[in-house]
Amino acid sequence: MIVAQRKPFDEIKNLIKDYKKILNVGCGTCVAVCLAGGEKEVAVLNAELDMARKLEDNPIEIDGFTVERQCDREYLEALDSKVKDFDALLSMACGAGIQFLAERYPDKPVFPAVDTTFIGVNQDVGWYEERCRSCSSCVLGLTGGICPVTMCAKGLYNGPCGGTNQGSCEIDKNQPCAWFMIYERLSAQNRLDCILEITPPSDWQNQVPRTVIQPGYKKPEKV
Amino acid sequence: MKSGSNLEKVLAAGHFAFTGELGPPRGTDADEVRKKASHLKGMVDSVNITDNQTAVVRMASWAASIIAIQEGLEPNYQMVCRDRNRLAMQSDILGAYALGIRNMLCLSGDHQKFGDHPQSKGVFDIDSMQLIGMVKGMRDDAKMLGGTEMEHPPKMFIGAASNPFADPFEWRVHRLAKKIKAGVDFIQTQCIYNMEKFRTFMKQANDMGLTEKVYILAGVTPMKGVGMAKYMKNNVPGMDVPDELIKRLQGVDKKMQADEGIKIACEQIEEFKEMKGVAGVHLMAIEWEHKVPEIAERAKVLPRPVV
Repeated sequence: MIVAQRKPFDEIKNLIKDYKKILNVGCGTCVAVCLAGGEKEVAVLNAELDMARKLEDNPIEIDGFTVERQCDREYLEALDSKVKDFDALLSMACGAGIQFLAERYPDKPVFPAVDTTFIGVNQDVGWYEERCRSCSSCVLGLTGGICPVTMCAKGLYNGPCGGTNQGSCEIDKNQPCAWFMIYERLSAQNRLDCILEITPPSDWQNQVPRTVIQPGYKKPEKV
Repeated sequence: MKSGSNLEKVLAAGHFAFTGELGPPRGTDADEVRKKASHLKGMVDSVNITDNQTAVVRMASWAASIIAIQEGLEPNYQMVCRDRNRLAMQSDILGAYALGIRNMLCLSGDHQKFGDHPQSKGVFDIDSMQLIGMVKGMRDDAKMLGGTEMEHPPKMFIGAASNPFADPFEWRVHRLAKKIKAGVDFIQTQCIYNMEKFRTFMKQANDMGLTEKVYILAGVTPMKGVGMAKYMKNNVPGMDVPDELIKRLQGVDKKMQADEGIKIACEQIEEFKEMKGVAGVHLMAIEWEHKVPEIAERAKVLPRPVV
Protein backbone atom coordinates (compact mmCIF):
# COMPACT_ATOMS: atom_id res chain seq x y z
CA MET A 1 0.00 0.00 0.00
CA ILE A 2 0.91 3.68 -0.19
CA VAL A 3 2.09 4.93 3.19
CA ALA A 4 1.76 8.57 4.23
CA GLN A 5 2.36 10.62 7.34
CA ARG A 6 0.38 13.58 8.55
CA LYS A 7 2.19 16.87 7.99
CA PRO A 8 3.25 18.86 11.06
CA PHE A 9 0.18 20.60 12.47
CA ASP A 10 1.59 24.12 12.13
CA GLU A 11 2.37 23.55 8.48
CA ILE A 12 -1.21 22.47 7.77
CA LYS A 13 -2.58 25.37 9.78
CA ASN A 14 -0.40 27.81 7.87
CA LEU A 15 -1.45 26.41 4.48
CA ILE A 16 -5.11 27.16 5.14
CA LYS A 17 -4.76 30.30 7.26
CA ASP A 18 -6.49 32.56 4.71
CA TYR A 19 -9.57 30.36 4.30
CA LYS A 20 -12.68 30.27 6.44
CA LYS A 21 -14.67 27.37 5.01
CA ILE A 22 -12.73 24.20 4.54
CA LEU A 23 -13.68 20.68 3.52
CA ASN A 24 -11.16 18.06 4.65
CA VAL A 25 -11.36 15.06 2.32
CA GLY A 26 -10.09 11.75 3.64
CA CYS A 27 -9.41 8.58 1.72
CA GLY A 28 -10.67 5.18 2.82
CA THR A 29 -7.96 3.07 1.17
CA CYS A 30 -4.17 3.02 1.73
CA VAL A 31 -3.89 6.09 3.95
CA ALA A 32 -6.74 4.84 6.11
CA VAL A 33 -5.00 1.49 6.63
CA CYS A 34 -1.72 3.20 7.59
CA LEU A 35 -3.56 5.48 10.02
CA ALA A 36 -2.68 8.73 8.24
CA GLY A 37 -5.74 9.96 6.34
CA GLY A 38 -8.88 7.92 6.91
CA GLU A 39 -12.17 8.96 8.47
CA LYS A 40 -10.76 8.91 12.01
CA GLU A 41 -7.71 11.02 11.13
CA VAL A 42 -9.92 13.54 9.30
CA ALA A 43 -12.05 13.95 12.44
CA VAL A 44 -9.00 14.37 14.70
CA LEU A 45 -7.33 16.94 12.45
CA ASN A 46 -10.55 18.90 12.04
CA ALA A 47 -11.05 19.08 15.80
CA GLU A 48 -7.49 20.30 16.28
CA LEU A 49 -7.79 22.93 13.53
CA ASP A 50 -11.14 24.11 14.86
CA MET A 51 -9.69 24.55 18.33
CA ALA A 52 -6.51 26.27 17.15
CA ARG A 53 -8.34 28.77 14.97
CA LYS A 54 -10.75 29.61 17.78
CA LEU A 55 -7.80 30.35 20.04
CA GLU A 56 -6.34 32.60 17.34
CA ASP A 57 -9.61 34.50 16.99
CA ASN A 58 -9.85 33.40 13.41
CA PRO A 59 -12.64 30.83 13.53
CA ILE A 60 -13.02 28.28 10.77
CA GLU A 61 -15.93 26.28 9.45
CA ILE A 62 -14.46 22.90 8.79
CA ASP A 63 -16.20 19.77 7.64
CA GLY A 64 -14.95 16.32 6.80
CA PHE A 65 -15.82 13.75 4.18
CA THR A 66 -13.99 10.52 3.50
CA VAL A 67 -14.35 8.90 0.10
CA GLU A 68 -13.60 5.26 -0.60
CA ARG A 69 -10.69 6.10 -2.92
CA GLN A 70 -9.56 9.58 -3.87
CA CYS A 71 -7.68 8.23 -6.88
CA ASP A 72 -10.89 6.99 -8.45
CA ARG A 73 -13.38 9.18 -10.33
CA GLU A 74 -16.27 6.96 -9.38
CA TYR A 75 -15.82 7.80 -5.71
CA LEU A 76 -14.94 11.47 -6.12
CA GLU A 77 -18.34 12.04 -7.69
CA ALA A 78 -19.90 11.97 -4.24
CA LEU A 79 -18.13 15.29 -3.54
CA ASP A 80 -19.53 17.19 -6.54
CA SER A 81 -22.56 18.55 -4.74
CA LYS A 82 -20.57 19.49 -1.61
CA VAL A 83 -17.46 21.39 -2.69
CA LYS A 84 -19.29 24.52 -3.85
CA ASP A 85 -20.02 25.34 -0.20
CA PHE A 86 -16.32 25.61 0.70
CA ASP A 87 -13.49 28.10 -0.02
CA ALA A 88 -10.79 25.46 -0.11
CA LEU A 89 -10.18 21.74 0.18
CA LEU A 90 -7.76 19.91 2.41
CA SER A 91 -6.86 16.37 1.39
CA MET A 92 -5.52 13.57 3.53
CA ALA A 93 -5.07 11.20 0.57
CA CYS A 94 -1.74 10.26 -1.00
CA GLY A 95 -0.19 12.60 -3.57
CA ALA A 96 -2.11 10.89 -6.37
CA GLY A 97 -5.44 11.36 -4.60
CA ILE A 98 -4.69 14.99 -3.79
CA GLN A 99 -3.91 15.72 -7.44
CA PHE A 100 -6.98 13.92 -8.69
CA LEU A 101 -9.09 15.98 -6.31
CA ALA A 102 -7.45 19.22 -7.49
CA GLU A 103 -7.95 18.16 -11.10
CA ARG A 104 -11.65 17.57 -10.57
CA TYR A 105 -12.24 20.95 -8.91
CA PRO A 106 -9.80 23.27 -10.69
CA ASP A 107 -11.41 26.41 -9.23
CA LYS A 108 -10.80 25.34 -5.63
CA PRO A 109 -7.49 25.67 -3.85
CA VAL A 110 -6.48 22.18 -2.65
CA PHE A 111 -3.93 21.65 0.13
CA PRO A 112 -2.14 18.50 1.27
CA ALA A 113 -2.45 17.47 4.91
CA VAL A 114 -0.13 14.48 4.58
CA ASP A 115 3.30 13.75 3.13
CA THR A 116 3.18 10.70 0.88
CA THR A 117 6.12 8.59 1.94
CA PHE A 118 6.45 5.24 0.21
CA ILE A 119 5.00 2.01 -1.13
CA GLY A 120 5.38 -0.35 1.76
CA VAL A 121 4.22 -3.14 3.97
CA ASN A 122 2.32 -3.35 7.23
CA GLN A 123 4.76 -4.86 9.74
CA ASP A 124 2.38 -4.27 12.64
CA VAL A 125 -0.27 -1.73 13.58
CA GLY A 126 1.37 1.66 13.12
CA TRP A 127 4.66 0.19 11.80
CA TYR A 128 5.31 0.32 8.07
CA GLU A 129 8.38 -0.26 5.95
CA GLU A 130 9.22 0.72 2.40
CA ARG A 131 9.62 -2.08 -0.14
CA CYS A 132 9.11 -0.68 -3.66
CA ARG A 133 10.20 2.39 -5.69
CA SER A 134 7.93 1.56 -8.65
CA CYS A 135 10.85 1.64 -11.10
CA SER A 136 8.82 -0.10 -13.86
CA SER A 137 11.43 -2.80 -14.42
CA CYS A 138 11.19 -5.35 -11.64
CA VAL A 139 14.29 -7.47 -10.95
CA LEU A 140 12.88 -9.36 -7.95
CA GLY A 141 13.00 -12.60 -9.93
CA LEU A 142 16.78 -12.38 -9.99
CA THR A 143 17.33 -11.03 -6.51
CA GLY A 144 15.52 -13.52 -4.31
CA GLY A 145 12.47 -11.33 -3.87
CA ILE A 146 14.48 -8.49 -2.28
CA CYS A 147 14.52 -5.18 -4.14
CA PRO A 148 18.03 -3.72 -4.59
CA VAL A 149 16.62 -0.44 -5.91
CA THR A 150 14.66 0.17 -2.72
CA MET A 151 16.54 -1.75 -0.05
CA CYS A 152 20.14 -0.89 -1.03
CA ALA A 153 21.00 2.68 0.01
CA LYS A 154 22.87 3.12 -3.26
CA GLY A 155 20.31 1.24 -5.35
CA LEU A 156 23.07 -1.00 -6.72
CA TYR A 157 22.12 -3.56 -9.34
CA ASN A 158 25.39 -5.43 -8.92
CA GLY A 159 26.10 -5.31 -5.21
CA PRO A 160 27.15 -5.68 -2.51
CA CYS A 161 29.46 -2.68 -2.25
CA GLY A 162 32.51 -2.73 0.00
CA GLY A 163 30.64 -1.10 2.86
CA THR A 164 28.74 -4.17 4.06
CA ASN A 165 29.32 -4.29 7.78
CA GLN A 166 28.58 -7.66 9.37
CA GLY A 167 25.39 -7.88 7.37
CA SER A 168 24.45 -4.23 7.90
CA CYS A 169 24.46 -1.34 5.47
CA GLU A 170 27.28 1.19 5.80
CA ILE A 171 24.77 3.97 6.45
CA ASP A 172 23.31 2.42 9.60
CA LYS A 173 24.02 -0.65 11.71
CA ASN A 174 20.26 -1.16 12.11
CA GLN A 175 19.70 -1.21 8.35
CA PRO A 176 20.34 -4.66 6.88
CA CYS A 177 22.49 -4.74 3.73
CA ALA A 178 20.11 -5.60 0.88
CA TRP A 179 22.79 -7.45 -1.06
CA PHE A 180 23.82 -9.43 1.98
CA MET A 181 20.19 -10.54 2.32
CA ILE A 182 19.97 -11.27 -1.40
CA TYR A 183 23.11 -13.41 -1.18
CA GLU A 184 21.86 -15.29 1.88
CA ARG A 185 18.47 -16.01 0.38
CA LEU A 186 19.73 -17.09 -3.04
CA SER A 187 22.45 -19.17 -1.41
CA ALA A 188 19.86 -20.99 0.72
CA GLN A 189 17.78 -21.60 -2.43
CA ASN A 190 20.87 -22.73 -4.34
CA ARG A 191 20.23 -19.97 -6.90
CA LEU A 192 23.39 -17.85 -6.71
CA ASP A 193 23.77 -18.21 -10.47
CA CYS A 194 21.01 -15.57 -10.70
CA ILE A 195 23.47 -12.87 -9.65
CA LEU A 196 26.60 -14.16 -11.38
CA GLU A 197 25.65 -12.29 -14.53
CA ILE A 198 26.05 -8.52 -14.72
CA THR A 199 22.79 -6.61 -14.61
CA PRO A 200 23.07 -3.89 -17.29
CA PRO A 201 22.28 -0.21 -16.62
CA SER A 202 18.62 0.42 -15.91
CA ASP A 203 16.40 2.07 -18.50
CA TRP A 204 15.02 4.47 -15.92
CA GLN A 205 11.34 4.65 -16.78
CA ASN A 206 10.26 6.73 -13.82
CA GLN A 207 11.74 9.96 -15.21
CA VAL A 208 8.54 11.04 -16.94
CA PRO A 209 4.89 10.68 -15.87
CA ARG A 210 3.88 7.14 -16.77
CA THR A 211 0.61 5.84 -18.15
CA VAL A 212 -0.55 2.23 -18.12
CA ILE A 213 -3.25 0.90 -20.40
CA GLN A 214 -3.85 -2.77 -19.78
CA PRO A 215 -4.18 -5.19 -22.67
CA GLY A 216 -7.70 -5.22 -24.07
CA TYR A 217 -8.36 -1.63 -22.96
CA LYS A 218 -7.86 1.71 -24.58
CA LYS A 219 -7.85 5.30 -23.53
CA PRO A 220 -11.31 6.77 -24.21
CA GLU A 221 -11.30 9.69 -26.61
CA LYS A 222 -13.30 11.79 -24.17
CA VAL A 223 -13.38 11.40 -20.40
CA MET B 1 48.52 -1.67 -24.99
CA LYS B 2 45.01 -0.59 -24.13
CA SER B 3 45.92 2.89 -22.94
CA GLY B 4 49.68 3.17 -22.96
CA SER B 5 49.62 4.63 -19.47
CA ASN B 6 52.72 4.33 -17.34
CA LEU B 7 50.86 2.09 -14.90
CA GLU B 8 49.80 -0.22 -17.70
CA LYS B 9 53.36 -0.36 -19.08
CA VAL B 10 54.85 -1.12 -15.66
CA LEU B 11 52.35 -3.92 -15.07
CA ALA B 12 52.60 -5.33 -18.59
CA ALA B 13 56.40 -5.47 -18.26
CA GLY B 14 55.95 -7.63 -15.17
CA HIS B 15 57.26 -5.12 -12.65
CA PHE B 16 55.79 -5.02 -9.15
CA ALA B 17 53.68 -1.87 -9.33
CA PHE B 18 53.52 0.73 -6.59
CA THR B 19 50.74 3.33 -6.60
CA GLY B 20 49.85 6.12 -4.21
CA GLU B 21 46.96 8.33 -3.29
CA LEU B 22 46.35 12.06 -3.16
CA GLY B 23 43.24 13.72 -1.77
CA PRO B 24 42.32 17.06 -3.42
CA PRO B 25 41.80 20.04 -1.09
CA ARG B 26 38.57 21.54 0.20
CA GLY B 27 39.28 24.75 -1.62
CA THR B 28 40.98 26.12 -4.68
CA ASP B 29 44.63 26.00 -3.62
CA ALA B 30 46.50 24.29 -6.46
CA ASP B 31 49.70 24.60 -4.43
CA GLU B 32 48.29 22.19 -1.87
CA VAL B 33 47.97 19.59 -4.62
CA ARG B 34 51.48 20.45 -5.86
CA LYS B 35 52.92 20.09 -2.39
CA LYS B 36 51.36 16.66 -1.89
CA ALA B 37 52.46 15.68 -5.40
CA SER B 38 56.05 16.67 -4.67
CA HIS B 39 56.27 13.95 -1.98
CA LEU B 40 54.98 11.33 -4.40
CA LYS B 41 56.97 12.22 -7.53
CA GLY B 42 59.32 9.41 -8.50
CA MET B 43 57.99 7.24 -5.67
CA VAL B 44 54.92 5.78 -7.37
CA ASP B 45 53.91 4.59 -10.85
CA SER B 46 50.57 6.34 -10.64
CA VAL B 47 48.66 8.29 -8.02
CA ASN B 48 44.95 7.91 -7.28
CA ILE B 49 43.19 11.25 -7.20
CA THR B 50 40.15 10.76 -5.02
CA ASP B 51 36.67 11.92 -6.05
CA ASN B 52 34.85 13.76 -3.24
CA GLN B 53 36.05 11.07 -0.86
CA THR B 54 33.84 10.30 2.14
CA ALA B 55 31.20 12.32 0.29
CA VAL B 56 32.82 15.64 1.20
CA VAL B 57 33.03 18.31 -1.51
CA ARG B 58 36.59 18.78 -2.75
CA MET B 59 38.37 20.09 -5.82
CA ALA B 60 37.24 18.03 -8.83
CA SER B 61 39.21 14.86 -9.28
CA TRP B 62 39.91 15.59 -12.95
CA ALA B 63 41.23 19.07 -12.08
CA ALA B 64 43.55 17.79 -9.37
CA SER B 65 44.61 15.05 -11.82
CA ILE B 66 45.67 17.71 -14.32
CA ILE B 67 47.73 19.48 -11.65
CA ALA B 68 49.35 16.13 -10.86
CA ILE B 69 50.25 15.71 -14.54
CA GLN B 70 51.79 19.20 -14.53
CA GLU B 71 53.89 18.09 -11.59
CA GLY B 72 55.17 15.04 -13.44
CA LEU B 73 52.92 12.46 -11.80
CA GLU B 74 50.62 10.06 -13.59
CA PRO B 75 47.11 10.28 -12.14
CA ASN B 76 44.64 7.49 -11.61
CA TYR B 77 41.44 9.47 -11.95
CA GLN B 78 38.81 8.20 -9.50
CA MET B 79 35.15 8.47 -10.42
CA VAL B 80 32.23 7.60 -8.15
CA CYS B 81 28.66 6.84 -9.20
CA ARG B 82 27.16 8.89 -6.38
CA ASP B 83 27.46 12.37 -7.89
CA ARG B 84 26.87 12.10 -11.62
CA ASN B 85 24.51 10.50 -14.07
CA ARG B 86 25.72 8.68 -17.18
CA LEU B 87 25.76 11.83 -19.29
CA ALA B 88 27.98 13.76 -16.90
CA MET B 89 30.24 10.76 -16.33
CA GLN B 90 30.86 10.24 -20.04
CA SER B 91 31.50 13.90 -20.76
CA ASP B 92 33.94 14.05 -17.82
CA ILE B 93 35.71 10.95 -19.15
CA LEU B 94 36.06 12.52 -22.60
CA GLY B 95 37.36 15.74 -21.10
CA ALA B 96 39.73 13.92 -18.75
CA TYR B 97 41.20 11.93 -21.62
CA ALA B 98 41.53 15.04 -23.79
CA LEU B 99 43.61 16.62 -21.02
CA GLY B 100 45.97 13.65 -20.75
CA ILE B 101 44.40 11.35 -18.14
CA ARG B 102 45.00 7.70 -19.02
CA ASN B 103 43.96 5.66 -15.94
CA MET B 104 40.68 5.70 -14.14
CA LEU B 105 39.21 3.95 -11.15
CA CYS B 106 35.49 3.13 -11.22
CA LEU B 107 33.81 3.21 -7.80
CA SER B 108 30.32 3.26 -6.30
CA GLY B 109 31.32 5.93 -3.79
CA ASP B 110 30.65 6.35 -0.09
CA HIS B 111 27.02 7.12 0.66
CA GLN B 112 26.25 10.85 0.78
CA LYS B 113 25.01 10.42 4.34
CA PHE B 114 28.64 10.35 5.55
CA GLY B 115 29.70 13.66 4.09
CA ASP B 116 29.11 17.39 4.33
CA HIS B 117 25.88 17.28 2.30
CA PRO B 118 23.85 14.46 3.85
CA GLN B 119 20.69 16.09 2.41
CA SER B 120 21.84 15.61 -1.18
CA LYS B 121 20.27 13.25 -3.68
CA GLY B 122 22.55 10.32 -4.43
CA VAL B 123 22.58 9.78 -8.18
CA PHE B 124 23.65 6.14 -8.63
CA ASP B 125 22.23 6.20 -12.16
CA ILE B 126 24.64 3.34 -12.87
CA ASP B 127 26.73 1.30 -10.43
CA SER B 128 30.47 0.64 -10.41
CA MET B 129 30.06 -2.60 -12.37
CA GLN B 130 28.09 -0.80 -15.07
CA LEU B 131 30.58 2.09 -15.04
CA ILE B 132 33.41 -0.33 -15.85
CA GLY B 133 31.39 -1.68 -18.75
CA MET B 134 30.59 1.84 -19.95
CA VAL B 135 34.25 2.92 -20.00
CA LYS B 136 35.22 -0.30 -21.77
CA GLY B 137 32.51 0.26 -24.37
CA MET B 138 33.73 3.81 -24.94
CA ARG B 139 37.33 2.62 -25.26
CA ASP B 140 37.00 -0.59 -27.26
CA ASP B 141 33.86 0.00 -29.32
CA ALA B 142 34.05 3.81 -29.57
CA LYS B 143 30.45 3.89 -28.41
CA MET B 144 28.63 5.85 -25.77
CA LEU B 145 26.52 3.88 -23.34
CA GLY B 146 23.43 4.95 -25.29
CA GLY B 147 24.87 3.40 -28.45
CA THR B 148 25.95 6.50 -30.39
CA GLU B 149 29.36 6.32 -31.98
CA MET B 150 32.23 8.68 -31.29
CA GLU B 151 35.45 9.69 -32.93
CA HIS B 152 38.69 9.61 -30.95
CA PRO B 153 37.51 7.37 -28.10
CA PRO B 154 39.13 7.65 -24.65
CA LYS B 155 41.72 4.89 -24.31
CA MET B 156 41.60 4.48 -20.56
CA PHE B 157 43.33 1.85 -18.43
CA ILE B 158 40.34 0.74 -16.38
CA GLY B 159 40.58 0.11 -12.67
CA ALA B 160 38.15 -0.82 -9.93
CA ALA B 161 38.14 -1.64 -6.24
CA SER B 162 37.64 -4.92 -4.45
CA ASN B 163 37.02 -5.41 -0.78
CA PRO B 164 37.97 -8.97 0.19
CA PHE B 165 36.88 -8.41 3.78
CA ALA B 166 33.30 -7.19 3.65
CA ASP B 167 30.44 -9.66 4.01
CA PRO B 168 29.60 -12.03 2.53
CA PHE B 169 33.24 -13.14 2.25
CA GLU B 170 32.40 -16.14 0.04
CA TRP B 171 30.82 -13.86 -2.55
CA ARG B 172 33.68 -11.35 -2.82
CA VAL B 173 35.74 -13.36 -5.27
CA HIS B 174 32.68 -13.81 -7.47
CA ARG B 175 32.08 -10.08 -7.45
CA LEU B 176 35.71 -9.66 -8.52
CA ALA B 177 34.99 -12.12 -11.36
CA LYS B 178 32.00 -9.98 -12.38
CA LYS B 179 34.19 -6.87 -12.53
CA ILE B 180 36.63 -8.74 -14.76
CA LYS B 181 33.75 -9.81 -16.98
CA ALA B 182 32.63 -6.16 -17.09
CA GLY B 183 36.06 -5.26 -18.46
CA VAL B 184 38.33 -4.13 -15.66
CA ASP B 185 42.11 -4.12 -16.26
CA PHE B 186 43.38 -3.64 -12.73
CA ILE B 187 42.08 -3.87 -9.18
CA GLN B 188 43.09 -1.99 -6.08
CA THR B 189 41.91 -3.69 -2.90
CA GLN B 190 40.58 -2.25 0.32
CA CYS B 191 43.28 -1.73 3.01
CA ILE B 192 44.53 -5.13 4.07
CA TYR B 193 45.18 -5.89 7.73
CA ASN B 194 43.85 -9.43 8.02
CA MET B 195 46.56 -11.21 6.05
CA GLU B 196 45.09 -14.66 6.67
CA LYS B 197 41.82 -13.70 5.06
CA PHE B 198 43.60 -12.00 2.17
CA ARG B 199 45.68 -15.13 1.50
CA THR B 200 42.43 -17.13 1.32
CA PHE B 201 40.91 -14.55 -1.05
CA MET B 202 43.97 -14.65 -3.31
CA LYS B 203 43.94 -18.44 -3.35
CA GLN B 204 40.31 -18.35 -4.50
CA ALA B 205 41.18 -15.76 -7.17
CA ASN B 206 44.15 -17.85 -8.36
CA ASP B 207 42.12 -21.07 -8.38
CA MET B 208 39.41 -19.41 -10.48
CA GLY B 209 42.04 -18.15 -12.94
CA LEU B 210 41.14 -14.54 -12.23
CA THR B 211 44.68 -13.35 -11.56
CA GLU B 212 45.60 -14.22 -15.13
CA LYS B 213 42.96 -11.81 -16.37
CA VAL B 214 43.47 -8.82 -14.08
CA TYR B 215 46.29 -7.08 -12.22
CA ILE B 216 45.60 -7.03 -8.49
CA LEU B 217 47.26 -4.32 -6.41
CA ALA B 218 47.11 -5.04 -2.69
CA GLY B 219 45.86 -2.10 -0.62
CA VAL B 220 48.13 -0.96 2.20
CA THR B 221 47.53 1.81 4.73
CA PRO B 222 50.12 2.10 7.50
CA MET B 223 48.62 2.63 10.95
CA LYS B 224 49.69 5.89 12.55
CA GLY B 225 48.92 4.59 16.03
CA VAL B 226 46.60 2.58 18.25
CA GLY B 227 43.87 5.23 18.00
CA MET B 228 43.70 4.98 14.23
CA ALA B 229 43.72 1.17 14.36
CA LYS B 230 40.82 1.13 16.80
CA TYR B 231 38.93 3.72 14.79
CA MET B 232 39.38 1.73 11.58
CA LYS B 233 38.27 -1.45 13.33
CA ASN B 234 35.15 0.00 14.92
CA ASN B 235 34.02 2.82 12.65
CA VAL B 236 34.98 2.09 9.07
CA PRO B 237 32.44 -0.25 7.44
CA GLY B 238 33.93 -3.25 5.67
CA MET B 239 37.32 -2.91 7.42
CA ASP B 240 38.88 -5.94 9.09
CA VAL B 241 41.54 -5.05 11.70
CA PRO B 242 42.65 -8.07 13.75
CA ASP B 243 43.19 -7.65 17.50
CA GLU B 244 46.78 -8.93 17.18
CA LEU B 245 47.66 -5.89 15.08
CA ILE B 246 46.27 -3.53 17.72
CA LYS B 247 48.14 -5.46 20.42
CA ARG B 248 51.38 -5.18 18.47
CA LEU B 249 50.97 -1.40 18.23
CA GLN B 250 50.11 -1.21 21.92
CA GLY B 251 53.30 -3.12 22.66
CA VAL B 252 55.55 -0.24 21.62
CA ASP B 253 56.06 3.21 23.10
CA LYS B 254 53.48 5.75 21.89
CA LYS B 255 56.15 7.78 20.10
CA MET B 256 57.21 4.69 18.18
CA GLN B 257 53.73 3.52 17.14
CA ALA B 258 53.77 5.27 13.76
CA ASP B 259 57.15 3.72 13.06
CA GLU B 260 55.80 0.32 14.05
CA GLY B 261 52.85 0.92 11.70
CA ILE B 262 55.24 1.54 8.81
CA LYS B 263 57.24 -1.54 9.82
CA ILE B 264 54.09 -3.68 9.69
CA ALA B 265 53.18 -2.20 6.28
CA CYS B 266 56.68 -3.01 4.96
CA GLU B 267 56.42 -6.59 6.20
CA GLN B 268 53.09 -6.87 4.37
CA ILE B 269 54.59 -5.45 1.19
CA GLU B 270 57.45 -7.99 1.39
CA GLU B 271 54.87 -10.77 1.54
CA PHE B 272 52.84 -9.27 -1.33
CA LYS B 273 55.94 -9.22 -3.53
CA GLU B 274 56.07 -13.00 -3.22
CA MET B 275 52.32 -13.69 -3.19
CA LYS B 276 50.97 -15.43 -6.28
CA GLY B 277 48.56 -13.24 -8.22
CA VAL B 278 49.51 -9.94 -6.55
CA ALA B 279 50.87 -7.56 -9.18
CA GLY B 280 51.71 -4.64 -6.93
CA VAL B 281 50.78 -2.52 -3.96
CA HIS B 282 48.46 0.45 -3.68
CA LEU B 283 49.64 2.61 -0.80
CA MET B 284 46.93 4.74 0.75
CA ALA B 285 48.90 6.97 3.11
CA ILE B 286 45.93 9.14 3.97
CA GLU B 287 47.06 12.71 4.81
CA TRP B 288 50.52 11.23 5.20
CA GLU B 289 51.83 11.92 1.71
CA HIS B 290 55.12 13.29 3.10
CA LYS B 291 55.82 9.87 4.59
CA VAL B 292 55.57 8.10 1.22
CA PRO B 293 59.28 8.49 0.32
CA GLU B 294 60.28 6.91 3.63
CA ILE B 295 57.74 4.08 3.27
CA ALA B 296 58.78 3.43 -0.34
CA GLU B 297 62.42 3.35 0.72
CA ARG B 298 61.83 1.00 3.63
CA ALA B 299 59.54 -1.22 1.50
CA LYS B 300 62.39 -1.50 -1.01
CA VAL B 301 60.28 -0.53 -4.02
CA LEU B 302 62.68 2.17 -5.23
CA PRO B 303 63.72 3.20 -7.76
CA ARG B 304 60.53 2.95 -9.77
CA PRO B 305 60.98 1.30 -13.16
CA VAL B 306 61.07 3.43 -16.29
CA VAL B 307 59.31 1.55 -19.09
